[in-house]
Amino acid sequence: MTDAEAVDQEADDEIRARHAAYWRRNLRYLGILLTIWFVVSYGLGILLAEPLNDLRIPGTGFPVGFWFAQQGAIYVFVVLIFVYAGLMNRLDHRFGVDEGDDA
Amino acid sequence: MNVQAWTFTLVAASFALYIGIAIWSRATSTKDFYVAGAGVSPVANGMATAADWMSAASFISMAGLISFMGYDGSVYLLGWTGGYVLLALLLAPYLRKYGAFTVPDFVGDRYYSQTARIVAVVCAIFVSFTYVAGQMRGVGIVFSRFLEVDVNVGVYIGMGIVFFYAVLGGMKGITYTQVAQYCVLIFAYMVPAIFLSLLITGNPIPQLGFGGIDQASGLSLLERLNGLHQELGFAAYTDGTKSTLDVFLITAALMVGTAGLPHVIIRFYTVPRVRDARISVGWALVFIALLYTTAPAVAVFARSNLIASVSETAYADVPPWFTNWEATGLLQFEDYNRDGLIQFVGPSSPETNELTVDNDIMVLANPEIAGLPDWIVGLVAAGGLAAALSTAAGLLLVVSSAVSHDLLKRALKPDITERGELIVARVAAGAAVVVAGYLGIHPPGFVAQVVAFAFGLAASSFFPAIILGIFSRRTTREGAILGMVTGITFTAAYIVWFKLMHPDLNTADHWWLGISPEGIGTVGMLLNFAVTIVVSRITPEPPEVVQILVDKVRIPRGAGVAHEINV
Repeated sequence: MTDAEAVDQEADDEIRARHAAYWRRNLRYLGILLTIWFVVSYGLGILLAEPLNDLRIPGTGFPVGFWFAQQGAIYVFVVLIFVYAGLMNRLDHRFGVDEGDDA
Repeated sequence: MNVQAWTFTLVAASFALYIGIAIWSRATSTKDFYVAGAGVSPVANGMATAADWMSAASFISMAGLISFMGYDGSVYLLGWTGGYVLLALLLAPYLRKYGAFTVPDFVGDRYYSQTARIVAVVCAIFVSFTYVAGQMRGVGIVFSRFLEVDVNVGVYIGMGIVFFYAVLGGMKGITYTQVAQYCVLIFAYMVPAIFLSLLITGNPIPQLGFGGIDQASGLSLLERLNGLHQELGFAAYTDGTKSTLDVFLITAALMVGTAGLPHVIIRFYTVPRVRDARISVGWALVFIALLYTTAPAVAVFARSNLIASVSETAYADVPPWFTNWEATGLLQFEDYNRDGLIQFVGPSSPETNELTVDNDIMVLANPEIAGLPDWIVGLVAAGGLAAALSTAAGLLLVVSSAVSHDLLKRALKPDITERGELIVARVAAGAAVVVAGYLGIHPPGFVAQVVAFAFGLAASSFFPAIILGIFSRRTTREGAILGMVTGITFTAAYIVWFKLMHPDLNTADHWWLGISPEGIGTVGMLLNFAVTIVVSRITPEPPEVVQILVDKVRIPRGAGVAHEINV
C-alpha cells in the first residue's frame, strides 16, 4: 500500500465511521419519537382510554381518553414531525451530510 | 340568487380556476410529468398532499360516520393522521433521497428483481383503481344532489375536468391544481363548522367548542349528548362498543396503510431536497389535521342538533330541511306506532326506531340545519367536488406512471426516448381516466366492501418491503418477494372470506381472535415482516452495489442523483 492509498483508506474509514454514528443517532431519535407516537395514540387514546375517560380535562367537558383519541394525539403527531425535522437538520449539519442550500 | 344559482356559480368558478392552472403548468418532460420537476416548495406540497389525501369520503362521509360511531370513530381520526408520522420518520426522506419516480421503481431496484417490480406495479394499480372508482362516484353524487343532473352526467363532467389537467399537466398540473383544491375544500369545511360551533356553544373554534357548554341546556355538550344517548338506548357517545383489540388493530392497519399508499408516497418525490421531504410531511399533516380535528366537533354538533330537533317531535312540525332531505332518500321516517311523533332510538330496541339517517347527510345538510345563508350550501358542493377530483387525479397519476414508467421504460422497453415515454404517459393517463369513469358509472358491487382492502393491502405489502429495504441492509430479494406475497395473500384471503364469500358470518363471534376484516391488515403486515426477516437470513446476502445503495439512501447529501440499477 502506498502512502497515498493509505491516506485514502484512512479518509474512507473516517467517512464510514461518521456515517455510522450519524445513523445510530438517527435511530435513537426515531426510537424516542415513535415511543411518544405510540403512547399518545395507542396508549392514552386506546389501551388506557376506558379508565382515563373517568377523568375530565379541567375546564372542559372532554373525557381524557376520548380527547386523546379524537384531538390530542393528532396535535402531538404534528409536533413530532416538526421536532424530527428540526433535530435532523441539526444532525445533518453536525455530521457534514447536509445538502447545502443550492440543491 | 337561490341555492341552485349559488352552487352553479361557485362550482363553475372553481372548475375554471383548475383549468386555468392546468394550462399555466403544462408538463414538458417526464420529470415534470411524474414528479413536477422535483421543484415544489414544501408548504405547497403539504397542501397538495392534504388535498390528494382527503377524498370525497373524508369531506362528505367522515363526520357523519364519527357522529354515528362516537368514540369508535377515533379509528379513522387516529389511523388517517398517525400514518404521516411513520411517513415523515421512516419513509419520505429516504425515498426522496433515492430520487425515483414511482414506488415500484424503488422496490424493483432495491430488491434487484423484475419480479419484485412487477408485484409492486400490480399492487399499485389495484389499490389505486379500487380507490378511484369511489371518487368518480362521489363526483357524480355531489352533482346530482346539488345541481339536479343525472349521476352519470356528473361523472362525465368530472372525467372531462380530470382528463384535462392530468393528461396535460401530469404531476405538475395536478400539484398546483391540488393546492387550489385544498383552499376550496378547507374553506368550505370550516365556514359551516365555525357557524355551528358559535350557534351551539358560543365558541367560534370548533375544536374547543365541542368540549364546551351547550348554550341551550347549560350543561357540558358531551355530557348532555351522553345523557341523550342513554335515554334513547344508544351507547354513551364517548365510550366505544368495539373491543379494544379490534380498535387497536384497525387503527394500526389504517395508519400503516396510509404510509404505504403509493399516491401519498409519490407526493414527497416532488420536493427539491431530503430536508424538504421531512418538513413537507409536517405541513401536510397540519393541513390535514385542520379538517380532521374539526370533523369530530362537527360530528358532535350534528348529532346533538339532530336529536334535539327530531326526537319525539311531531312529524307535522319538522323543520323544512327535514322534508328536503327526506325527498333525497337520505332521511327516512316511518311512523310505525302511528302517534305522529318521531321515535329515534338506539339499537337496543330496533323495532321501535322510526328514523333512518344516512351518514353523508351530516356534512351536506349542516348548513341548512343551522340555517346558514345559501352561498354556504353552494360552497359545500364546490368543496366536495374539490376533495373528490384532487384525490382522483393523484390516483390516476400512479396508474399512468406504473404503466409508462415501471412497465414500459423499466421492464419492457428501456431504450424508449424521453419524448416517447411522455406520450405513453399521457395516453396511459387518458386511458386511466376512461376506466375510472367507467367504474364510477358501473360501480362493481364490491367497491364499498374493498375500501378496507386498499389499506390492508398497502399495509401488508409495500410498507414492510420499503421499511426493511431502508433499515436492514441484509434484506434480500427472496425475503421481500415472499414477504409481500404472504402478506397480501393472507390479508386478501381473510377479507374476501368475510366480505365477499360469507358476509353472513361477518360478526365478532366468527372472526379469528375477534379481529375484524378492517383490522386484519395489521396481522398481514406482521406476517410480512416475519417472513421477510427469516427468509433474508437464510438466502445469499444482496449484491455489493445494492448494499452501497442502502448506505447512500440513509445520508441526505447528494440528493437528486439518479441511481438506476439494471437487473
